[in-house]
Parts: sequence; structure tokens; C-alpha cells
Amino acid sequence: MQEKLRIGCGAGFSGDRIEPAMILTEKGNLDYLVLECLAERTIALAQKRKKQDPKAGYDVLLERRIVGLLPLLLKNKTRLITNMGAANPLAGAEKIIDIAQKLGLKLKVAVVLGDDVFDRISGTELSMEGSEPLQSYGNLVSANAYLGVDAILPALKTDANIILTGRVADPSLFLAPMIHELNWSTSDFELMGKGTVIGHLLECAGQITGGYFADPVSKPIPDMHILGHPFVDIFSDGSAIISKVSGTGGSITVQTAKEQLLYEVIDPGNYFTPDVIADFTSVKFSGQNKDEIRVEGGSGKAMPKTLKVSVGYEAGFIGEGEISYAGAHAIERAKLAAEIIEKRIGDRFEEFRVDYIGLSSMHGQELSKNSVPYEIRLRIAGKTKDRSFAQLVGEEIEALYTNGPAGGGGARKYTHEVIGVVSILMDRNNVNSSIQVLES
Amino acid sequence: MSQKLCEIAHSRAGDKGNTLILSLIPFQESDFNLLVKEVSVEKVKAHFRHQVKGEIIRHVLPELKALQFTCFEALTSGVTTSLALDAHGKSLSYALLEMEIDDSIGLYSFINFSNTSIAASDSTVPGPKTADTPESKRN
Repeated sequence: MQEKLRIGCGAGFSGDRIEPAMILTEKGNLDYLVLECLAERTIALAQKRKKQDPKAGYDVLLERRIVGLLPLLLKNKTRLITNMGAANPLAGAEKIIDIAQKLGLKLKVAVVLGDDVFDRISGTELSMEGSEPLQSYGNLVSANAYLGVDAILPALKTDANIILTGRVADPSLFLAPMIHELNWSTSDFELMGKGTVIGHLLECAGQITGGYFADPVSKPIPDMHILGHPFVDIFSDGSAIISKVSGTGGSITVQTAKEQLLYEVIDPGNYFTPDVIADFTSVKFSGQNKDEIRVEGGSGKAMPKTLKVSVGYEAGFIGEGEISYAGAHAIERAKLAAEIIEKRIGDRFEEFRVDYIGLSSMHGQELSKNSVPYEIRLRIAGKTKDRSFAQLVGEEIEALYTNGPAGGGGARKYTHEVIGVVSILMDRNNVNSSIQVLES
Repeated sequence: MSQKLCEIAHSRAGDKGNTLILSLIPFQESDFNLLVKEVSVEKVKAHFRHQVKGEIIRHVLPELKALQFTCFEALTSGVTTSLALDAHGKSLSYALLEMEIDDSIGLYSFINFSNTSIAASDSTVPGPKTADTPESKRN
């Protein structure tokens, strides 16, 4: 049994930088590297790609990340745990094996399956958000249950170098190796709570090293252009020290840790995961050396009987257009432009929105009422079931060049399909996970 | 005298569906009591009346010396389908920090110097284990 375990987190979302993970793997002396790459909607979009191509549906950056990381992972005997499998973990694993073979590397990948429960929903289930039946939202495209450590642990028991999952709860990606290496019992909810706290602190990678924190006036962070991602040493009693590779940018302080601990937590006393209902209220941070903090406390109680399932549905199309005005009467001209568009096409959309970027697009009119910016960017967005209607927004904005107020410049237009996501709860007995091991 | 929250505290915004979650953390832990006293659910509701349509729950976290505001029906139709430019509401931490609070007689700073834990007379502050319940029920 190990006394101490080191896990690094090299990605906190699907589009995250690749270089911090390379640095962590090269210099971090890691036992495990975790890459968390799957936001709520990412998997629904991936399901749509898989429908068009059965070999697609895993993370679009998987190939680039694996090509860069694989030699380092094998050289340093670091195991990788990642949810880059997204909607198609098996195809993702085949891709990884393919890359290993091309590089002449011996490799085993354990794939965690079973999160896809699309064939187990009827459409009559009520959503957690609006208590409406799922089918009333639109054409359903995906349903993925959040799996927990019980799905990942069998994969860790193999000698696979890489554990590839689809949808699992983010903290479980970290808690599973803690249980496996430190010989924790999954029914020790105190430890499950502590481990979940640590996983939650790490899962957004750069968000604990100064990313999404920095403010050059009130919260300056050094060298953000080379922001390091974190690693954590976990001890068998559930305490931990979070740090980063020296020489990388960013900083880890009690303040960055507090912000990340509370990030996206609806109720700090009851943080639901498939593994535990964790209590964050007793967590304590103390600064040690520079860029090093100690985490203590945290607890938990028995895990919920249900698993959360994210359900994706087709929610129509959003059309957007933008145009800028500057100098005298910029706001008045932007408002005239908005009025013109609204009169021409405003009534064709289910939802229609006018924003004045630079004035009130982020926090509304109240907080900006005394502000007079030199330049202003008009943005109009409309939502509709019909793609060609959506395109109309951008076309009408562009037509303002010659038909609208004076001095409009820099028009841009965008149209994209919207996949909405709502959630349901599913009895965990209806969700069966399994693993499959592939070898190069 | 009044001051903006951004002068004494920092905040991070998070989202879950149509729920906006805002932390509020004092730069100096000695300012925690002042935040507990001044940044009530009522004040946050009034401050965000155009943004938050549903209930707001305040979680008081004395161990961490932080407050957490959970705001329901806060992101128009929710992150995935909203027409807002900032659909996640990521920038709204700085909207909270625009709020002005009153520190007119410096009473709370005085209390903080003499007692860094929760002021015993402040019955609105529950202990750590029950931090959420009394607040959420009241509001």
C-alpha cells in the first residue's frame, strides 16, 4: 500500500491548452495524469458527430493530446485517466492504439463503458430543471449517466496505461486512483468526501493556479502566458498538498483555492456525486511554501441512490449579427440600428435579443446607466427552429452598411445549431458499467 | 461611508443549468463578519433583480470565511440555450462586486479586531454544519 499518491490535472475543459499537461508529465513526477475534457454539452455534440460517423464522437483534441503525451507517459510510468472518450470511448481507444502502433509503442488502454443510457429513456421522464417531460423539449439526441468510481476501479485493476471513459463525474476521475492506490474503502464516506474535495479542487486545472482568478489590480498573478497546471500529493488520511511544477507561471494560494472550492457548488454542505454526498463546509486551507497549500477537512455521507443523466436535445438555431459604431452619438446610432432590425424581422423568432457590447451586454442596463463609452458594438441574436431564419439575423445586420445609420463598421455574422441539455435522475441499478481492454 | 465590494472581497461565478452560483470571499478574513452582516439575501436580490428571477440562497461558511450565493432561474433559459452573450454568466462575479455596502461607523472592523470568529450576538450566522438550512428556509 502506498503512503502518498501524486495526481496531476493537465486539462480542465475540452479546449484546454496541451502544453501544461506535457510539462506536468515531463517534470511533475506524477503517478497519474488526469485530463478532464467533458462539459455538460460537449457529450451531446459528440453524440451528433458519432451519428454521422460511427468512428467519431470522441474528443476532437484526443489525437493531438495523445501524440504529444504518450511517449512521456510511458517513459515516466505515469498512468493517464481521461474522459476524452466522450460519446465514443471505444473508437477513442482504437485511435489511441493506432497512434501507439505508429509510434512503435507497447500500450494497453482500458475503456470504461456504460454511461450511454439513451436506449433506457422513454421521453416521458420529467426534467429536473423544469419538471417537463423530456420529449417536450425537442428531438432527443443523447442521454449519458454520470458514472462514479465503481465504474473506473475495475479499469484501474488492469495493467492498462490509459483509462479512457465517457461521462463520469469529474471528481471521480481523481477519487478512483486514490481508492485504488491508498487502499481506501468506498464505504468510508469520510474519506470519499475528502477525496472528492481534492478532486473538485483539481478538476478545472488552471482554475486553481491563477486562471479565472487573475485581476491585475486586485489579484495579480505572475507569468500567466506560461500558466502551470496543478498536481496534488494525497496522503492516506485524506489530507493533501496542492502544488505545481516550479518554473511555470501562475500561483497557488489560499485565495485561489477558496475560489475553486466553491466553484459551481450549489450547496457546499451537500455536494452530490455518484460516490458520496460530500460536505465542503469543514475544509481548511493553509499556505505552506510558495505555490503550495495544504488541504484538510471535508467529509461526506452515503452516496445518492440515483445517478444524474444529462439529456441532449435539438433546440433549434441561433443566428447572430454584430456591427460597431464609434464617436459622436454612437449609442443613439446603435439603438436606431437595433430598432430597424427589430421592426423588419423581430417577430419571426421564438426569442430575440438586442445587446449593446461595451455598455450593457454583460450586466444589464442598471449597472451601466451612467456609462458613456466612446464606441459601441450592437449585437442581435435570434432563436428559431429554421436555419434560414437564423441566418437572416446576420444578413440584416450586414445590410445596415448601406441601409442603416451612419458609420457602421465591422459587421460579422454567425449561425449555429443549438443542442440543449436537461437532466433527469435514474436509479443506479438501471445503469451497468463494464470495461474493455485494448492492446497495441 | 460606503464602499464597493470589490474593494474588500473577490468572487467567482459558476453555473449549473439555469442556476448561477457566486462566491464572495474577503481579502482579509477579518472582513468576513462585515460581509455576513452587509451582504444579505435581500440586498443581493435587489442588486440582481433584472438578472435573477428565482430564489436566492445564501450559504455562510465560517470555516472558510466565505459566503456562497446560489441563484435560481438566473441565466435566462439556461446555459445551453440562452441567447445571452455570456450564457454561463461567468462575468457576473464582477456584477456582485459592484454592490455598495455601508461601513459607516467601523463597528464591524472593531469587532473583528477583538474577535476573529463569528460574533456571538449575531444570531443570523449559524454554525458550519447547519450553515445552509436556516438561511435557505428563512429566504
